[in-house]
Amino acid sequence: MGGPAPNLNGSTLEADAPSSLVARFGPDRPLRLDAGVGLTPLTIAYQTYGALNPAKSNAFLICHALTGDQHVANRNPVTGKSGWWETMVGPGKPIDTERFFVICANVLGGCMGTTGPASTNPATGKPYGLDLPLVTIADMVRAQAMLIDHLGIETLFCVAGGSMGGMQVLQWVASYPDRVFSALPIATAARHSSQNIAFHEVGRQAIMADPDWRDGRYLAEGVSPSKGLAVARMAAHITYLSENALHRKFGRKLQDRAARTFSFDADFQVESYLRHQGATFVERFDPNSYLFMTRAMDYFDLAADYGGSLPGAFKDAKTRFCVVSFTSDWLFPTADSRAIVHALNATGASVSFVEVETDKGHDAFLLDEPDLFAATRGFIDAAARARGLRPARSR
Amino acid sequence: MTAPAPQTRIDLVRVAEMVEPGSRALDVGCGDGALLRLLADTRGVDGRGIELSQKGVHDCVAKGLSVIQGDADTDLVDYPDDAFDYVILSQTLQATRQPKVVLEHMLRIGRRAIVSFPNFGHWRIRAQLAFRGRMPVTESLSYAWYDTPNIHFCTIRDFVDLTREVGARIEKSLALDGKGRPLQVNLPWWAWNLLGEQAVFLLRRK
Repeated sequence: MGGPAPNLNGSTLEADAPSSLVARFGPDRPLRLDAGVGLTPLTIAYQTYGALNPAKSNAFLICHALTGDQHVANRNPVTGKSGWWETMVGPGKPIDTERFFVICANVLGGCMGTTGPASTNPATGKPYGLDLPLVTIADMVRAQAMLIDHLGIETLFCVAGGSMGGMQVLQWVASYPDRVFSALPIATAARHSSQNIAFHEVGRQAIMADPDWRDGRYLAEGVSPSKGLAVARMAAHITYLSENALHRKFGRKLQDRAARTFSFDADFQVESYLRHQGATFVERFDPNSYLFMTRAMDYFDLAADYGGSLPGAFKDAKTRFCVVSFTSDWLFPTADSRAIVHALNATGASVSFVEVETDKGHDAFLLDEPDLFAATRGFIDAAARARGLRPARSR
Repeated sequence: MTAPAPQTRIDLVRVAEMVEPGSRALDVGCGDGALLRLLADTRGVDGRGIELSQKGVHDCVAKGLSVIQGDADTDLVDYPDDAFDYVILSQTLQATRQPKVVLEHMLRIGRRAIVSFPNFGHWRIRAQLAFRGRMPVTESLSYAWYDTPNIHFCTIRDFVDLTREVGARIEKSLALDGKGRPLQVNLPWWAWNLLGEQAVFLLRRK
């Protein structure tokens, strides 16, 4: 009798054999985790774009969000779609790959090649699952710093990211104030709100209620809690949009039918859309990884790590900041960004703050938002001048 | 250091002249960043700005200035004491809800404060009210009474009283004519109050 059929979707293949550059850290260099244990061995999967200049002063680190990955500006090996931030990153874009050496690593606990719950635990030969210690945003950043050391880079010209990526940006400045010349946290917060923890808990419970979750051992047992993960994604996806955006896109329109069916079929377009979002997500994301990522965000409270004082987290920083929020983002509302700005003002930091008017909700940071591009381009260009980097090629 | 561009508003040049080169300044209500630009280009000032309008903030950040979207009435409270050498309020005092509180914060956050404002005591304004019986509308105060953002007008003498009330010392003061030229310094207050279209004050804590 053979073992259960392997359950290999795109992401579980990538977890151990990523289509990326890879940095490996052996037992001589364990990653010290906030949970109080060391993690070894450690693999970090990453992508780079552009070239590092001889002075190594043009490195630009991008931190990805909850369900993002390192494939910022290239075709994604799992979905076949273009990179998730090609609106922002590329030749001549605000994050100009002709000027900057752009780096993005899959986060610790992710499922695209960096060590995470879907990676094989060398001690057992089986996927880690819940045997991987819980990781925090600070752990993710500590792992990224190991990669930056590995690449021989002392100071990053800029660290940028939205949502969970923005949390990493803030953590970078707090953990390594001398290594970040400029910082661009977008649609983020210095601590995860109670409401956001609540939404995450709904998602986690959906995954863990799926009988195929098997206490996190689904990979070894050849099944997958896809239904639970899909529900988690559907609920979360609503929070990434806004009421206006949903209404404009779908209203009460029916899906491929003239009348209600008096059933629980997906009568409404918005239902069909969410089901599609759930179904495609489970093809590319590991359910345990979703648990780990959401938990890391829930635990994030930067001020708490500095005696309850958010200015304390930034007190040593000479970093130039540009904080960006979106008017219709109810997941990371402008008030969260203002709290960051107030803390930075209190330390006398150089900070710009832009609230972009849009009805596209939290996801606006991934979308075509000309005001976002104009503001970030101005900020990055000014920082590049201050850093003595060569100007952008005129177009 | 370069000479200011010819199109620079002359009252901004007068404000800029009061700022020590190489100092740190916060421009409250910085608009499109013209003064911050001028301060950086001509006096090497490390400048920050606060601006209410989204368009102004976008223009500033796109120019590479450090500006945050915010409101003079509510956001100055978040700045620590002595954070700047100068806190500047250029043509914004009359649009604040609580000018006195704003001025007190400016003197707390900055070692010095610079305030420029339109003088409601100018003879042309007095004449419109006295002889036409109408709320004044002038070239520099071009709004009708019902849609003006300017809700707290004062005259030069009113402002001098306010400086006393908040315990500020006047280090320098200027009254400017319609073209932004300073009036003679030896004129008495009542003459400035009648002939000055704008005033610029450099204040410091007593």
